Amino acid sequence: MSDTSEDWPLYEVFLRGKRGLNHVHVGSLHAADAHMALHHARDVYTRRNEGVSIWVVASKDITASSPDEKDPFFAPSGDKVYRHPTFYAIPDNVPHM
Amino acid sequence: MTTVELQEHFDRTIAHDRRIEPRDWMPDGYRKTMIRQISQHAHSEIIGMQPEGYWITRAPSLRRKAILLAKVQDEAGHGMYLYCAAETLGVDRADLTRRLISGDQKYSSIFNYPSLTFADVGVIGWLVDGAAICNQVPLCRSSFGPYARAMIRICKEESFHQRQGYELLMTMMRGTRAQRAMVQDASNRWWWPSLMMFGPPDNDSPNTEQSMAWGIKRHTNDELRQRFVDMTVPQAEALGVTLPDPDLRWNEERGHYDFGEVDWAEFKRVIRGDGPCNAERIGNRRAAHESGAWVRAAAAAHAAKHASPATSDDKAPMPQNAQGGPDE
Amino acid sequence: MDTYDAYQAITDVTEDQRWAFGAGFDDPLSGIDTTIPDGISADDLAAYCEMLGDDALLMSHRLQQWVGHAPELEEEAALANIALDLLGQARFLLARAGTVDGSGRTEDDYAFLRGPAQFRHVRLVEIVDSDFGFAMARLLVFSTWRLAVLDRLRASRDPVLAAIADKGVKEMTYHRDYAAQWVIRLGDGTEFSHQRVQAGLDHVAPFVGELFTDSDVETRLAAAGVGVRPSETHAEFDAALDAVLSAATLGCPAWSASGGATRTAGHRDTLTRLLAELQSVARAHPGATW
Repeated sequence: MSDTSEDWPLYEVFLRGKRGLNHVHVGSLHAADAHMALHHARDVYTRRNEGVSIWVVASKDITASSPDEKDPFFAPSGDKVYRHPTFYAIPDNVPHM
Repeated sequence: MTTVELQEHFDRTIAHDRRIEPRDWMPDGYRKTMIRQISQHAHSEIIGMQPEGYWITRAPSLRRKAILLAKVQDEAGHGMYLYCAAETLGVDRADLTRRLISGDQKYSSIFNYPSLTFADVGVIGWLVDGAAICNQVPLCRSSFGPYARAMIRICKEESFHQRQGYELLMTMMRGTRAQRAMVQDASNRWWWPSLMMFGPPDNDSPNTEQSMAWGIKRHTNDELRQRFVDMTVPQAEALGVTLPDPDLRWNEERGHYDFGEVDWAEFKRVIRGDGPCNAERIGNRRAAHESGAWVRAAAAAHAAKHASPATSDDKAPMPQNAQGGPDE
Repeated sequence: MDTYDAYQAITDVTEDQRWAFGAGFDDPLSGIDTTIPDGISADDLAAYCEMLGDDALLMSHRLQQWVGHAPELEEEAALANIALDLLGQARFLLARAGTVDGSGRTEDDYAFLRGPAQFRHVRLVEIVDSDFGFAMARLLVFSTWRLAVLDRLRASRDPVLAAIADKGVKEMTYHRDYAAQWVIRLGDGTEFSHQRVQAGLDHVAPFVGELFTDSDVETRLAAAGVGVRPSETHAEFDAALDAVLSAATLGCPAWSASGGATRTAGHRDTLTRLLAELQSVARAHPGATW
């Protein structure tokens, strides 16, 4: 179904603004590698404002907990940042508005 | 925990107007509806780049060119923020793009109308962005966290776009006769499609009740449509533009504007794929995606060739103390 | 965590900062001494501003044509940023030309009312894109060359040119880096991408000689400490390109020799079509304000 040879992995973006005290998660983007991800983050999330510090991390490298551990699949040692892996099938029978 | 307990917890979270986050348990129907709604919204932003994008190279002043270029760039950005929000639910952006191109997933049918003149740029900013804002401000309180946060950022930028569009129209309406005629013509063509952006009437909208119960929708279609009309009529008057609805009039009793019946048959035709620009919009998106495949593949190949050895066991620890962390 | 925190510091900017320069009605040259430096002719300075301005205007136009057609959404954002930067440079430069030559023409008068024979750009920015490999090859050559010129222009005795160059250097550095990264990825990516970007470079090669050919205007202005002779940037250009092409595993094409005609516009097909797209709406409404 998917042509994975051209798909770029997902990266999470963290920014610290000029007056900020620490990096904050602002969203994600796709890039072929971390260096490209940094450039993309600058273009998409900061519109090239100077003095903004950027961190990018491959989503798969993030280990996360659930703040609210009422989850039958919760793994106490931590899990992926997004619980479901990939390619969740979208059903055709949900009518549009 | 049993499913019943998880459902109760989910329901309580919604009832207390708190957010559902990506790692939380959620009913299947909620997840599916959220994915559909967010992807559709994302696709709309990307397809929406086309009717205005056409006029960037043709803009009649350098200042308008810069404004329009920045606006269309914002729209790409909005699409990206929304795809990110959808991806937190386990879908993949490339997959969503393929579904858009294949016609499997939809986008707002407003973009299936053509942008025939430069005045359309202003009217799209005024009416289409105006309607979008009406829809989107309530979504800033959507029960799904990543979507609500994306909407907050988008709303900030979109109100700026609407003002720019309206300002262009004000300038044109104070200009030549030809400019004024252009604005009136564009308004005639975009008014009714803008009303259709709020979806079918409440009595023909079966999903509304469930969506409202889940905190996905905060107001009904008709409520938002009425709000948009009430806000926009005075704006049209200030511009000196006549909206193409002979039934439009203030109703003192209701405290709202009465307006004419939307052509729902046209709405359904356009949604089904029979609008003036459906094929062109998707065709452009497909062409860009397909002709870009070799570029994306090259970047992926290059990255694979030069992958740093420290990717699995040896990865550099994430700094614990952000204040001591490295700057880029 | 306050959901507004993340965006406050970054989105807490004025409109001016976000929109290349100003979406408002501010005079872009406010605060800068606009007197023409002594020892040069006003016509030369105006012509020079037009040259640098037209290069930026048309290069921006070619990049704008990628909007909606870029290979990935993130590249849409990046290319639009570059196009906006160059458009901003063009606006400053064309506005300056009008104040200097005494005509009082505005940036829009230059952009929309001149005919093909009156433009002063280098042919490199006029040629039509074929594919993304070509686009990146052309952007690499253009950005490397222009960065070297603007870098030296920062020392201009004309405060306006110096200020424009100063702002431009930061931008051009970013553009050159963007293009270089892509040329490297494409050159050292797949076999197909390697061929495409090599073909792009070969396609660009015949137009490179003109970049380093000094016009009379540039020669006079450089002697007066106001302008820059592009021939002086040739060695820097060669070194930068060699480094990038080597990392990209690409062969360096035979760049054309300098010394021929330079910046001779005219009723060429490509230019006539470009200007038709650029100017059609403005010309259809003479005297209108937008």
